[in-house]
Amino acid sequence: MASMTMIQALNSALDTMMERDPNVLTFGEDVGYFGGVFKVTEHLQQKYGKKRCFDAPINENGIAGVAVGMASYGLRPVIEIQFADYMYPAYDQLVSEAARIRYRSAGDFTVPITVRMPYGGGIRGGQTHSQSPEALFTHVAGLKTVIPSTPYDAKGLLIACIEEDDPVIFMEPKRIYNGPFDGFHDRQVSPWSKHPASEVPEGYYKIPLGKANIVRAGEAVTVLAYGTMVHVALAAAIESGIDAEVIDLRTLLPVDIETIVTSVEKTGRCVIVHEATRTSGYGAELSALVQEHCFYKLEAPIERVTGYDTPYPHSLEWEYFPTPPRIIKAMRRVTEA
Amino acid sequence: MDDMSSRKPNALDLHVPAPRARPGDKPDFSGWSFPEPGDTPRPDVDEPAHALREYAYGLIRVLDMEGNALGPWTPQIAPEKLRRAIKYMLLTRAYDERMHRAQRQGKTSFYMQCLGEEAIAIAQTMALNPDDMCFPSYRQQGILIARDYPLIDMMHQIYSNASDPMKGRQLPVMYSSKKDGFFTISGNLATQVPQAVGWAMASAYSGDGRIASTWLGEGSTAEGDFHAAMTFAAVYKAPVIINVVNNQWAISSFSGIAGGDNTTFAAKGVGYGMPPLRVDGNDFLAVYAVTQWAAERARNNLGPTLIEHFSYRAGPHSTSDDPARYRPGEEARLWPLGDPIERLKTHLISLGEWSEEQHKAAQEEVVETVRATGREAEKVGVLGPEAPATHTRASMFEDVYSELPWHLRQQRDEHGA
Repeated sequence: MASMTMIQALNSALDTMMERDPNVLTFGEDVGYFGGVFKVTEHLQQKYGKKRCFDAPINENGIAGVAVGMASYGLRPVIEIQFADYMYPAYDQLVSEAARIRYRSAGDFTVPITVRMPYGGGIRGGQTHSQSPEALFTHVAGLKTVIPSTPYDAKGLLIACIEEDDPVIFMEPKRIYNGPFDGFHDRQVSPWSKHPASEVPEGYYKIPLGKANIVRAGEAVTVLAYGTMVHVALAAAIESGIDAEVIDLRTLLPVDIETIVTSVEKTGRCVIVHEATRTSGYGAELSALVQEHCFYKLEAPIERVTGYDTPYPHSLEWEYFPTPPRIIKAMRRVTEA
Repeated sequence: MDDMSSRKPNALDLHVPAPRARPGDKPDFSGWSFPEPGDTPRPDVDEPAHALREYAYGLIRVLDMEGNALGPWTPQIAPEKLRRAIKYMLLTRAYDERMHRAQRQGKTSFYMQCLGEEAIAIAQTMALNPDDMCFPSYRQQGILIARDYPLIDMMHQIYSNASDPMKGRQLPVMYSSKKDGFFTISGNLATQVPQAVGWAMASAYSGDGRIASTWLGEGSTAEGDFHAAMTFAAVYKAPVIINVVNNQWAISSFSGIAGGDNTTFAAKGVGYGMPPLRVDGNDFLAVYAVTQWAAERARNNLGPTLIEHFSYRAGPHSTSDDPARYRPGEEARLWPLGDPIERLKTHLISLGEWSEEQHKAAQEEVVETVRATGREAEKVGVLGPEAPATHTRASMFEDVYSELPWHLRQQRDEHGA
C-alpha cells in the first residue's frame, strides 16, 4: 500500500493494465512525452514506449474514431479527452458508433474502449474547462458511465473499465485530483495523504461497476452524490450535524438501484447533488427512480442541489458551485418537512 | 435587399455553386479533359508523397473506349480472374435490380443500388488480400459479392427476416461480416473512415500484415470525420487506403457543394502529404492497378494513399429519391467514361477471352441465381408489419451491453417479453 493522489492512482491503474495486457494502449492530446496536462499518463511512454502511449492530434473526433477502429481490431484503447468540455467533437463517434456497434452488428463487432475525461468545476476554469456533461452519456443506450471520488476507487474502477467489453465513459473529478475538496473554497485544502482512501494497493484490483458506496451511514436523509460532490455532501452533513446517509454512486450507468432504494426506504427523504446544470440533468433521472421505487416511503419532496441552468461562470464560480450551505438548506427543507 | 440604391458600392456577393444542368437541360460535359488512356506514368510505390502531387489533377486510365489496355498501369490479371470479375459485376447488378424491385413491391423498407459503380468495390476487393479489412460506406456491396459472401444472407438482411445475421436490427444494406473483413455499416456518413485508420494503426501496432481499406462518397468528404481520418492516417503512416468514390451526386447535391468546383477530391491528399491518386472509376483495370499500388505501399509500411474514383451514380441515391427531379435524365447514358461492365466486356472480347454469347449466358445465369436465391430468401420471410417469431421481443434488449443490466431487464419484463 502507498498513499497516492487520485492522479497517481489513475496512473497506477494504467501502468498496471499496460503491464498485464499488451492490447492496452493509451493516447490523447499531450499524453505521450509530457504525460498529460494533469500528469495522469506520466512516465508511461518512457516505460512502455511511444507506440503504447502517444500524443494525438488536437482532434477529439479522430481520437474517438481511431479508438473505435482499434477496439474493433481487438485492442483495448484508453483515450484521454483533455477536458470533458472538449468531448463534443467526439460525441458522434461515441454515441452513434461506439455505443451501438455491438447492437447493430448483432455482436459481430464490439468496442471495448475507455474514454477518460477530467470534468467539473471549482478550478477557475471558466465555461470551457468546468463542465459536467455526464447526462449526455447516461442518456445513451450502449454506454456505461463511471465517476470515482477517491484514489482507491479511481484505480479499482479504471481497471474494471479497461477490462469491460463495453465502451465506458470514465469521468475524473479534476477538482479532487490532488485533494478531497469539501466545497469551502475559502478554507485550507487538505491533501489526499490525510484521507484513508488514499491508501492504494500497488498491483491489480478491481471495484465492480454498478456498485455504490455508502460513505456515511445515517437515518435522517439520503444524499445521492458522485465525484467531487461526495466530499461536499459529507462536509455538509458534518457541518450541519444532520444525520445524513451519503451515498457515492460511483457508477452512474448502470446505477446501483438497490443501495439507493434501501437507503431512501430507511430515511424517507432524499437530496440529490451534482455540479451539472439541473434541467434534464442526471439528478432528474435519480429523482424519477427514487419516486418510482420509494414513493410510499417518501416523507418529503425530493430536492436537487445542482449547478444552475447557465453556462459555467468565471468570476461567480462560487455562486454557481453547489456548496455545503446550499446542501444544508436542502437537507433542512426535507428533514423539517 | 431589393432596394438596390441602398447597396454599398463595394457590396459583396455570396457564391452558391450550381450544377451545369438540371432536369430538362442537356447534360453538359464540355470543357472536361482527361489524359488519354496509358498516358499517365506509374511511379514506384516508395515515391515520396510530395513527388506525386500531379496525380491529384490527372486521371489514371488503362482501358480506352475500344477495350484496349494501354500503358504502364496495365495490371497483369489472368483471363480467368477477369472472367470472374465480370461475373461478380453482373451478379451485383442483377442483385441490385432485384432488391430495388423488392422494395418497390413492398417486401422491404429501403434499398440502395451501386449501378454504374460496380467496378470500384469489385476491382478493389480482388486486388486486396482476402483478409484485408474493409470499412465500406453503403454502396460497396460488391465487396461481399467478390468475397463470395452468401447472396442469400445479404437478402435475409434486406428482408430483416428470421435468418438476417443482423437480427433485424439494421436498415437494409447495412451489412456486417467480421469473418469476411467487412465492418458493420453505420448509415452515418464518413464515421467509418477514422475507424479504418484506427484498425490499420492497430494492425501496425500488433505487427500484423493486414491492411485496411475504406470508402466514402465525395459528398461526405466535407464531414469532419474525413479530415480527422486524413490527419491521423498521415501522422501515423497508417497502412490504409482511403477511397473517395466521386459519383458526382450526394442525393440531390452535385459535387460542387462538397467543393468539387474548386479542386479535385484527390487533391485533398496534397495538404495532408498523402499520395493522391485519381482514377477512372469505371475502368476496372485502372481501379485494380491503383489499388495494387496503394496496397503494396501500405504493406511496405510506407503509409496511406488517397484514391479518388471518378465515376457516376447511374441510379437514384436510394429507393427514397427520384433523380429526375434534380438532374438531367440523360446524364448517366451520356457519361463520357461509359459503363464499367460494358468496358470490361469489350476488353475481354478484344482479348479473345470472352464473347457476346458468353456474356449473354453469364447474364442469364446471374439473373437466375438471383431469382432462385430470392425465392429461397422470401420463403424465410420478408419485412412485414410483424417481426419474425425468432426475433423475440426479448431480443430487442440483447446486445446493447455484453450483459443485460437491471434497467434493461426491468424494461424487458415491463414489455412482457
